[in-house]
Amino acid sequence: MSTRPAPKIGLHFDYFMWLFTRLSALAMYALAIVGAIGALWMGARTSMQLPDLMRWAFMPESTHVRSTNVTDLLAWRTLFWQIMGSLVVMLASAHGLHGVLSILEDYLSGPRLRRALRLLVLVVWIAICAIGIYVILTF
Amino acid sequence: MGLKRNVGLLEGLRYQGKGPMLTFILHRISGLSMVTFIGLHILASFLMKQAFSSTAGIYINQIYENWIFQVYIFFCVLFHSINGLRIVILDFWPKLIEHQREAIWLEWCIFLPLFGLAAYLLVLNGLGA
Repeated sequence: MSTRPAPKIGLHFDYFMWLFTRLSALAMYALAIVGAIGALWMGARTSMQLPDLMRWAFMPESTHVRSTNVTDLLAWRTLFWQIMGSLVVMLASAHGLHGVLSILEDYLSGPRLRRALRLLVLVVWIAICAIGIYVILTF
Repeated sequence: MGLKRNVGLLEGLRYQGKGPMLTFILHRISGLSMVTFIGLHILASFLMKQAFSSTAGIYINQIYENWIFQVYIFFCVLFHSINGLRIVILDFWPKLIEHQREAIWLEWCIFLPLFGLAAYLLVLNGLGA
């Protein structure tokens, strides 16, 4: 029965990921606020309902406004919104996959297993970023 | 190979951690749900864009875009983000941890009206108004 060694104190990978989780949460708040303000700027007050506005703020992707009264979809898929969406995909998937890793490490231990899990999470992150950005850029 | 625990499942279920325990559990459940279902949604959207028109992608997205599922995803996203903001604030200003229980009450006061309004509108649209 091997247990996880106590975390070291000082600057190391676990600390940076701890910090990244918090800072990426704040960054996603900033992106959501920019998304909501942008949507209101483009007339969401009259063309969208609250859930649609929330969905757009969470993930600014033009198919998310298809079910609303927005007529000109092209304004919602400009380069600016595509970059915003890509940033959300990269930040949110890194945040989420690191969260999965830390849940798994609460139940699994062993240094080799941990290394393998970290590698797997990195590969999945790169794959989901590529797929997500592809979906945003093609329409 | 798990960590050694001297608490059984039944004993663990009887543990009454109250507010902080509830937010901890909901944070984990909502986080895992978002990774699973939004990941599937991204994958399904990718499959739908392929030349071999994928029915798997269409079915997955039909389930995902169903209003019942949307209410669940809205719960996950809103709860995880508001609870996450509380965690960030309390972690960056450790002196505030003294007021953790008040922070959790405040969190529910922000979460419930926001989620209630969004869920009400989603259900209203879903029931075909």
